[in-house]
Amino acid sequence: MKYLKVGDEILFSGVIYTARDQAHQRLVKLKKIPFDLEGEVIYYCGPSATPKGKVIGACGPTTSSRMDKFVEPLLKKGLVGMIGKGGRSKSVRQLIKKYKALYLVAPSGCGALLAQKVISKKIVCFKDLGPEAVYRLEVEDFPLIVAIDSFGRSIYEDL
Amino acid sequence: MNLKKLKKQVQELTAKANFSLGSDVSGLLAKAYRLEKNKRAKNALKQIIDNADIAKKERVAICQDTGLPLIFIEAGKKITISNDLVEAIKQGVEDGYRKNFLRRSIVDPLKRGRSSYRGAIVHLDFTPKVSGLKITVFPKGFGSENKTRLKMFDPTADFTEIEQFIVESVQLAGAQACPPFLVGVGIGGTSDTALLLAKKALIEKANILNSTEKKILKKINMLKIGPMGLGGPTTCLSVKIRTQDTHIAGLPVGVNISCHALRRATLQIL
Ligand code: SF4
Repeated sequence: MKYLKVGDEILFSGVIYTARDQAHQRLVKLKKIPFDLEGEVIYYCGPSATPKGKVIGACGPTTSSRMDKFVEPLLKKGLVGMIGKGGRSKSVRQLIKKYKALYLVAPSGCGALLAQKVISKKIVCFKDLGPEAVYRLEVEDFPLIVAIDSFGRSIYEDL
Repeated sequence: MNLKKLKKQVQELTAKANFSLGSDVSGLLAKAYRLEKNKRAKNALKQIIDNADIAKKERVAICQDTGLPLIFIEAGKKITISNDLVEAIKQGVEDGYRKNFLRRSIVDPLKRGRSSYRGAIVHLDFTPKVSGLKITVFPKGFGSENKTRLKMFDPTADFTEIEQFIVESVQLAGAQACPPFLVGVGIGGTSDTALLLAKKALIEKANILNSTEKKILKKINMLKIGPMGLGGPTTCLSVKIRTQDTHIAGLPVGVNISCHALRRATLQIL
């Protein structure tokens, strides 16, 4: 991952965990997180409901900067990547450098296209939050662009 | 009026709004794609266009944020509005969301907690110049809604100041609000009217602009935010302005931004 540099376009295959505002608020308060974050990637996303016969509904990224204030505690727990849309604060950029993590952006407003790249979806925790719950997604050829690399270089200006 | 039938029609209208872009918006996207030279931006536009095609074909939401549904009802001369009629329309929207697996995104503003499908916002206008009933469902996504701005100008303000305010609002929206944008501007009325006019401006045909709107569009595109914020000339696809009389002491201006997924569908009855 450290070889990826800002601006690189990649097709990611593997596992990602969805979490957005409410899930983050809970995750940072919990002593023990219900899943292992070590080496994992969080996707800022709250999917639509799943239509019959499909793996998942539309599932594009949500605005990342709303999660800026929750980033450090999760990096401390081993998080290595975040996927969302739009720029981040200077402090997040510095944290990404410090923890040698990555921030990637997915094509925004393209939830129907991205849904086709999801092979499986499983609820992990916070089921009561509905679309804001944490889901484990297995994805194949998920199109992403490196927006902040592990050297803290960003394609966007700091917010 | 057969309310049961109306409810069903509104339910399908809600699906249409969420699954397909209007021909004006998809036409603007196709044109932007043709003209775009920046490779990354062109690729992003391609993804946006492919996404819309997939959504329509598969009946999947264009965007997972299926918005806060706004309902605009325009009642012509021959229409009598009743509680039952409005309730049937609201129910149609709610059913449309539930039955089509759209996202329940509505919550109490302070308690938050479990989200629901209930809480569409209804705007009712009486339009004596036309006869029938016109219903528009407009699911407004919040990535772009969060970038809304209002400014109460002095009545003696120069129009260039207003232009500047609009351009600056788009700049502040940046990559977060899913560019390329369509911008609605409301000028006049009271503060609330200006913002409502801005929203209504987004319902109008996005591909027919007057010279003022074209001029502002050009200025916005010099910002070079580009699709997904990746640069290039395609920051904005359309600017629409609506005005209404205001008070001698004021000049309210509201700016409401829509992401590229500007979804609205209209049903005309009678
Ligand atoms: S701003 Fe629009 S396209 Fe972007 S996530 Fe929200 S609704 Fe979807």
